[in-house]
Formats: sequence, C-alpha cells, structure tokens
Amino acid sequence: MSAVIVSSTESHHAGPQVQERGQRAVFCGLTSIIWLHRRIQDAFFLVVGSRTCAHLIQSAAGVMIFAEPRFATAILGERDLAGMADCHEELDRVVSELIARRSGINRLFLVGSCPSEVIKLDLETAAAKLQAKHENKVRISSFSGSGIETTFTQGEDQCLKSTVAELPTLEAGKENLIVLGTVSDIVEDQFRRLFDELGITDVHFYPGRKAGDMPPIGPGTRLIAAQPFVGETARALIARGAVLIEAPFPLGAEGSKSWFEAIAEAYSRPDDLVQHVLELPYQRAKRAVSSHRSKLEGKRIHFLPDSQLEIPMARFLSEECGLAINEIGTPFHDQLVMRGELSRLAPEVPIVEGQDLDPALERVRESRPDLTVCGMGIANALESEGLRTKWSIELVFSPVQGFDQAGDLASLFAKPLVRESILEVGSWS
Amino acid sequence: MELTLWTYEGPPHVGAIRVAASMRDVHLMLHSPQGDTYADLLFTMIERDGRRPPVTYTTFQARDLGSSTAEIVIKSLREAAERYKPQVLMVADSCTAELIQDQPGALALGADLPVPVISLEMAAYTRKENWGAAETFYQLVRGLLSRNAPAPGTQRPSRDPAVRPSVNLLGPTKLGFRCRDDVVEVERLLNSMGVDVNVVAPLGASPQDLLSIPNADANVNLCPEVSDLTCSWLARTFGMPTIKTIPMGWGATRDFIAEVAATVGIEVNMDQVGASRLPWYSRSIDSTYLTGKRVFVFADGSHAVAAARVARDEMGFEVVGIGTYSRERARDVRAAAKEYGLEALITDNYLEVEARVQELQPEMVLGTQMERHIAKRLGIPCAVISTPAHVQDYPARYSPQMGFEGANVLFDTWVHPLIMGLEEHLLHMFRDDFEFNDSVGPSHLGSEGEGARAAKTENAQDSETDETIVWAFEAEKELKKIPFFVRGKARRNTEKFAEEQGLSTIEVDTLYDAKAHFSN
Repeated sequence: MSAVIVSSTESHHAGPQVQERGQRAVFCGLTSIIWLHRRIQDAFFLVVGSRTCAHLIQSAAGVMIFAEPRFATAILGERDLAGMADCHEELDRVVSELIARRSGINRLFLVGSCPSEVIKLDLETAAAKLQAKHENKVRISSFSGSGIETTFTQGEDQCLKSTVAELPTLEAGKENLIVLGTVSDIVEDQFRRLFDELGITDVHFYPGRKAGDMPPIGPGTRLIAAQPFVGETARALIARGAVLIEAPFPLGAEGSKSWFEAIAEAYSRPDDLVQHVLELPYQRAKRAVSSHRSKLEGKRIHFLPDSQLEIPMARFLSEECGLAINEIGTPFHDQLVMRGELSRLAPEVPIVEGQDLDPALERVRESRPDLTVCGMGIANALESEGLRTKWSIELVFSPVQGFDQAGDLASLFAKPLVRESILEVGSWS
Repeated sequence: MELTLWTYEGPPHVGAIRVAASMRDVHLMLHSPQGDTYADLLFTMIERDGRRPPVTYTTFQARDLGSSTAEIVIKSLREAAERYKPQVLMVADSCTAELIQDQPGALALGADLPVPVISLEMAAYTRKENWGAAETFYQLVRGLLSRNAPAPGTQRPSRDPAVRPSVNLLGPTKLGFRCRDDVVEVERLLNSMGVDVNVVAPLGASPQDLLSIPNADANVNLCPEVSDLTCSWLARTFGMPTIKTIPMGWGATRDFIAEVAATVGIEVNMDQVGASRLPWYSRSIDSTYLTGKRVFVFADGSHAVAAARVARDEMGFEVVGIGTYSRERARDVRAAAKEYGLEALITDNYLEVEARVQELQPEMVLGTQMERHIAKRLGIPCAVISTPAHVQDYPARYSPQMGFEGANVLFDTWVHPLIMGLEEHLLHMFRDDFEFNDSVGPSHLGSEGEGARAAKTENAQDSETDETIVWAFEAEKELKKIPFFVRGKARRNTEKFAEEQGLSTIEVDTLYDAKAHFSN
C-alpha cells in the first residue's frame, strides 16, 4: 500500500505554503470512475468494496443518470470477511456474470477500495487469474481508488498508471506526443485540429476513447499534461523514456496559448507559424473571457481543497479575470506537473495543502470572500451563511480546457455572482 | 460478494447520520476514511439542508493504519466535544473502520469527555441504512431513558381526566419521504381531535426532548422503518401503547383516528375531525378512466403497503405487483400481497425489479427514484412514493402524504403522470388522427410521462434554417457533439451570427466565433 496522498516537499512557490492535517471533506478516488467510464467507452469499472462505495458513486454522480452504467460494485459481505467464502472464487463468479451480461466490454478494471485494501485483498493477482480465464475476450487489470490512499481525482492517476506497463514501445528514431489526462471528446477534436495546423503529428490522448488506444512510448515520446492530477502516471511514463514538457495547464486564453507554445517549442516549430495558428483561437478566447471579466474583476475568491484543479484555476482567474486570490486549498499538491503554474501565481498567495475542515471553514467565514470554490457537501451550508459558492466537481465534469472553452470556464465562476445580482428574494449579504 | 449496480439503501452509518442530522444538540463522531464524507451532500444537496450534518469524520489514511488511528479518534472526539458542545456525543464506525477494530465507542467512554457518549455498532457488512437509523434512534432513546424506567410490572398510572391526552410521533427523519410535511399534517389531525403531540423525534428533537417521551399516553409508530424498535422497547419498558396505523390515504387516516381515540380513551366524531377531497374526486366522472389501471408498487415496506391500499380502494386501480427492497419489512409486504392475490417481490436488486416491471407491463408504476428510471426507460408513467428519492421529491410546497391533505396530494400526484380522463376518451375516438394520437403524449406534460417514448425529431428546427446559409460537413459534425439540449440554441445562434457577418458557409470556426460572440 503506498501513501500517495502524501506529497513531495520540494517547493516551487515563492509564497506561503503549509500542509494541514485533520478532517478532510474530499471524495475518494473511486469518484474518478464517473468521468473515466464516460471517456473510455468500452471499459467497465468493478469496485470491490462495501455498500458505502456503491452509495458514494451513485450519490456523487447524481442518482442514476445512465440507464445501465459501466460501473458496479462487488459488495463484500460478512462471509467474505470471515473467510467463509474464498474472495477469489467469489470475484471469479461475479466477473463471469458481468462479462456474460455486457458483451461490448473490452476492458475490465477491478478497483480497490478502503475495505479491500484493509483486508489486503490482492486484486492484482486476482486480475491476472481472471485474465487467464477470459483471455481474448476482455483485458482485465486492477488499480486502487481507495480513500485511504487516494483523494478524488487521484483515482484517474492510479487508473492510468496501472496501464503504463502495457503500453507498446515506440520504435527507435520515431517521435510522438502523449496528452495526459481525461479531456472530453470535443476538446480532443479541437486540440487535434490545432496540432495538425502546427504540423505536430502522431498525437495520442491518454486515456483515449477506447481502452485499446494505447500510445507507444519510448525516448522519442514527449509528454504534456492536460490535467493536474496525473503526476504518478507522468512519473511512470518518464521512467519509460518520455520527456515531460513543462507548461501551465490549457485553461483560459493565456493558459491554452502557453500550453500550445510549450509543445510547439519542444517540436521547434517556427515561431511565426505558431503565432499565426494560435492567433485566431487566442483572440476568440480573449473575447469570450472578456465578456465575463466585468462580473469577476476585483472579486475575492477562496479555494477549499477538492479536485487538484485549484492552482491552475486560481492562476486563470487572477491572470485573465482580475480576481484576488484569498487562499488556495488543494488536497494534494504534486509539484512535478505544477511547475508551469506556480511561476505565474502572485508570490503572496497562500497555498494550503491537505485539510483541516473546521479551521478552514472558519477562515472562510472570517474573510467572507465573494466566491468560495468547494465540494458539493459544503456549498449549500456556506450559501445559507450568506456566502456565494461554486461547486468544484463541475470543473472536472464539464469541458473547460482549451481556447474555445475559456469563455465557458469564466462563466462557471461568473454565474453565482450574476445570480446574486439578479435575485430579489432572500439575502446573501 | 454481491454484484450491485444501484443500491436502494446506503450503508448503516448513513442511517446514523440521518438521525444525527434530524436532531438538535447531538453530534456524531464517525470513524471513517475521507471518502465517506460524501454523505454530507445527501443532506445539503438532495434535501437542500442549509447546514452540514453534525458529523465529525476521522478521515484516517493508509499511513495512519497500525499506528495512530486510535489517536485520531481521541483527537476527533475531543475537538468535536469542544467545538460543538452537544448534549450527547454518538460514536460509530463506518465499514472500513469496523475492519480495523479501534473500538471508538470504548475509546470514547475511556476518554473522560465532558459529554455523555452513546456508542453505536453499525454492522456494515450485514445491515443497511434504515436498520442503521432504527438502531441509532433506539440506542439513543434507550441510553437516555433506561435509568428512568419503572420497575418491571409497574402499572402505568392512568391520565388525570383534566389533562388533554397526548402522543409522541416517532420515526420521522431527514431524508425520509415527505417527513417534514407529514409531521405537520399529522399534528394538525391530532389537534383537531383533541390530542396533543408531546414529542416528535428524531426530527427536530434534542436529547432533552427525548427524556420527556414517557410523559405521553402513547407512541405513534409513524415511520416503522426507523421507529419500530424504539416503540416496542418503550412499550415493554414504560408500558406505552403503540399506535400502528399509518395515516396514508383516506381510509387509513380514518382508521388512524379511530385507533388513536381508542388508545387514549376518547370519543371522536369522525366527520368532524377533517375531510379529504379524495373520495369525491375519485367518484367524479373524469376519474372513470382510472378504473382498473394496472399498477406496480415497489417501495420501502410501510409506503408499499399503504400505497397498495390507496391504489385499489381509493383510486380504483388494479394492483398487479407489489414489493419492497426492505428485508426487515418483508413480512408486512408479503401479508399485504396475499390480500391482492399476489406474490410479493422482496429484493434489493434493481435488475430484478426492472425485469418484473417489464414482464408485468403495468400502466403505472408507484415506486422510488429507481423505479422512476425503470419506468422512464420503458415509457411507463410513474409517481415516486418512497425513498430513495431525488431532489425533486423534496419540494418547496407543502406536500404531505399522510392525513386528509396527504390523501389529496396522493390523488393529484398519481393522476398527474397519466393522460387526463376526457383526453384519454378523445384519443380513443380520434386514434387515427395524424396529429392527435397516442404517441403525442398528455397535453399537460412536455416530455415526461405517458407517451414520452414517442420519437422526438431532432431536426425540428430545420425548417427555420435560412436556406442561403450552408453548414460545412465538418461544422455540422462538430455541432452534433454539442449536448442535445443546447444544440438547437447553438445552431440558431451560429446561423444568426453567420447572417450578421454576411457568411454563406458555416465552418467550424464560425461555430466557435459565434459561441464566443454570444458567450455571456
């Protein structure tokens, strides 16, 4: 069992940085399944856990949005725990049932949970045994999304990391680019068009739309993160020879431009071509963002830890929308992929890693920011105290990356403030 | 190991949180990893609660295992007692904590805390949410009241005739189905028959309030899923009679009035207590079309049994299937099923329920949020009558299910998804008409309810398209990637934009230029 919630101590932020320990109010890594199963369209996620795991996923997803989901829970019962039933045999039965039911599935992930980790259920071995049985039908492997090891978006990191060993080796002398982290299909298509225009070919999005989309990897691979929660996978890819391109995340007009420029620079694309290709979408993104700027400018925002998107979001909001950052809380600060961001953040902005819920809420109450970005469980509680909130899970679920989503991203933050100015009922003061 | 897609009930500790969140001046310390904090959103999002439930989660991590999880428990207990100053501190394990056996209850009792502690055992691997709520409520009531119990065999003193009779309403909780309004309605009903409500619990009660439970003449077992255990303990220990009829529907409400009157020993003129419009609405001729509609009922135990009676005796439906996900209530539901000549479906497997609905092909489903989805998929009208329920089933308006007003609400709610009587009649008369036919759906419903299965033409807006503007193939393809519910707007905006710009062909860039243009 690794303790991936613990972060590196290396620091790239000039300003105040503290680690807090205490009560956390963040989902566990199982929550990642909600977007991973929409992204990888032929994958099934089988959580081996308790009723709590099943209840968590369905509650976090909003009850039953998809008729027959491509995720399920194998709920451990007393017989499994008491050793009266052989867990591997039980899993074998459950998986056979599942595969018989869902013929279109090409990939099955067994997902470890808190209970399965605590009883030391070896899902890796289980997956290998099941693979032998279902060879040629479905590829089976495992990763952990347990809340004792992963927080919220780290579930995706664990999932991707678990597949790195399967990636084919890139032929010597060849080059390719891996864009790491789930983006929605429409964002992938927009990015591909720009890569084409920049003359950058052989681009792979990881994870891809199909479980079989496995990018080859080797010393000719350049790697760029599209999401901030893929640090472990990035390290595993680097270990297989990939070279990480340092850049801010493609959020907002400036973030997206810097992101593409960093890639183009790594490919030594001529500067005038790069500027020519990016100019139109960049200006368009700036126009889209500018229509929201007046609603956001000068407002104070506070981030409570949730999705690991806090630092890049804060950078976008301060750089492009003129917001003042009160505090950035983040559940886990992976400095490897965050280097491109930190240099663009005002040095006095405090970053608080981890969480101690009650004191953190007290800081919010004391400073009364104009907007607090937080998890769903906390948002209404703060609203009822007269504070405006933006629930952060939407930032993970909606397409927000790239030039043509920059306006949407600004509007996600502007909407609660606009609403406040419209409503003539109740009080938010 | 049990394969589960969707679960009707949460784990037992969610039941404990429901009891804590329903009450005042209690706090729950739950030994659990961080993911378990999702339970907060059940209350703040689904029920729109303006405060977090009064729960401190220990949120231990892998690195704490084997060394410091017990220390985290003690620290969390002290901080919770200090910060929240509850009258009672409850302590429980979630599923993962149960495995590491820190015994937080014992730790709490030995920690010399400045607050009484109630330790709960939640049996995460055998039990579920409603059991957890029932067990928590029982432990709390027993923990507070057992020292006040009279000696066994003591005769309960009879009420002074000068004192108005009173009862307790036991069982209503947060995240229960319409509990907020049912409590108001039942209290109104009792008051109009000259009976006071002594304590409502857990909803709105403090531990102090629980201490006065024995002052009432009887307990109303309003939500047996939660209050059964407590009512029988109070009956055994304090000799308090239990009123068992659940006043859901017109007939059951009258039965309830009779049972209360008999239990507390008063005479009541039934017709002066109150009245419902349900009997007349059901007899009015528009309701003729309800006759013999085949309904399938699936809910928690008490709502399933009550709904079946209303469906058959008060709406004139035919009950073609009945079931429950609650194994604790299976006996009641089986007994009720027998009365309708049916075999009850007792399962918490959503797929089995779906298969049964598919097989029975009912004309209406009365169920939970799960059945709402099943019915939607199969194109069958559905009304939600029980938990689990979603945000739309915690309405802003007053909408009880119990008492005479509750009967009115049931009539309206169950009729709403159906095609109105006269309209159904006309549909039969003109069934071959090209625009007025049964695939059009009820005239008062947009896209939900009966007939929703009718194919929706996605290109309905095509007729509006200006013929001088052409969509390039790539742009059209891009448009299709936009979610369907905003696609129409995106199409119209882009065309308007292209027209303003004097463009004749819409490219992908035009689409995004328009998006940026209209973005605000």
